[in-house]
Amino acid sequence: MKAEPAEAVWLTEDHEFALAELAELSGWSEAELRELVDYGAVTPLNPDSSPWVFSGKCLLTVRTACRLRISFDLDPHGAALMVALLDRIHDLEAQLGSLRAQLPRHTR
Amino acid sequence: MKYKDYYGILGVERSAAAEDIKKAYRKLARKYHPDVSSDPKGEEKFKEVAEAYETLKNPEKRAAYDQLGSYPPGQDFQPPPDWGKQFGDSQFSSGDIDLADLFAGLAAGRHRAGPGAGHMRMPGQDYEVTATIALEEAYRGTDVELNLTVPEHDEKGRLHRVPRTFKVRIPKGATEGQRLRLAGRGGKGLNGARDGDLYLNIALHPHPLFRVSGHDLYLDLPLAPWEAVLGASVEVPTLGGPVRLKVPPDTHAGQQLRLSRRGLPKPNGKEGDLFAIAQIVVPAATSERERELFSQLAAASTFNPRGHFQQEVKSES
Repeated sequence: MKAEPAEAVWLTEDHEFALAELAELSGWSEAELRELVDYGAVTPLNPDSSPWVFSGKCLLTVRTACRLRISFDLDPHGAALMVALLDRIHDLEAQLGSLRAQLPRHTR
Repeated sequence: MKYKDYYGILGVERSAAAEDIKKAYRKLARKYHPDVSSDPKGEEKFKEVAEAYETLKNPEKRAAYDQLGSYPPGQDFQPPPDWGKQFGDSQFSSGDIDLADLFAGLAAGRHRAGPGAGHMRMPGQDYEVTATIALEEAYRGTDVELNLTVPEHDEKGRLHRVPRTFKVRIPKGATEGQRLRLAGRGGKGLNGARDGDLYLNIALHPHPLFRVSGHDLYLDLPLAPWEAVLGASVEVPTLGGPVRLKVPPDTHAGQQLRLSRRGLPKPNGKEGDLFAIAQIVVPAATSERERELFSQLAAASTFNPRGHFQQEVKSES
């Protein structure tokens, strides 16, 4: 069976999710998401006001955290720590990729 | 139904203690979990490992699995008579289904027998898949067809793995590692719960000319020595078609010449840049006349490309 083409949304800084929507899509409860914010795994775009709003990238982070929680039997703190470390690795990989892209092909 | 050796997948004996099964799972999960593993086949391996652990960690499911008997992996087999009834699902039917779905069916069978049977709301499953596209497709946007085997509930609420084709429009704005969410394109929700989503991870095929960094592109720009010294107007390829680039006089090797907004389009409507990296290329075979001109240049020039050696290295004397 073939479905009709579906419209897609980029999960970037330009797309926003409310806290309740993030909870519905990520597998965490709103209370657990607040814990993840406390532990620094994700930061709302408006941390000092309510209701919180998150960038599209945060959905990816908290979904990853949820997968890790289930697969490794982690509590929110452990999952937050793990995604923070993974984010650092991804940032470093992106920097490495950028530097490699700037090297002439024959020296790469 | 094909047999899967869950004990073999986890690398433990059939008599292994629950704690040993947990340890074996954790070790393999650390090795193959797609979020932490760099193994390109990690995701597939992790699915097998997770499926095996899902059954063996639960004493009831493990007992049911053990009752199936032991066969070589992949061999067709049938559960013993009354196996379903014995393990809580009187409507059990093995048919041509996956072993994982069989155990999910047992759990569902128990729910069917419980309070509120048949009315439990359950959101549809989210699907995640990688689409690898060409750089040109990322530039223009493209349609892709994705073939997935996904678990779906039949009219009796039983899980079956079925092949599905998803046609997805990837709009402009893609780059390596970018994610798309297609709301409601995942598994069907049960009893009025919301449908799952489809998450698409974008990967790019390597391009023979352009290298990608975010939405910026890098291109090697070979220049003849005289073009680098005197400056030139050269034609360079871009994803939107060739453009002329003014190479300033005294351009040196490695210098980056920026072509603003000639990179990949971004989701917010802006564009990345294209950087042409100057490379000074010496002709492989020169004619006598060319050699003569180079000789004249060598005689006339006071340029010493290694002048800094003497300044940087202190002599012992």
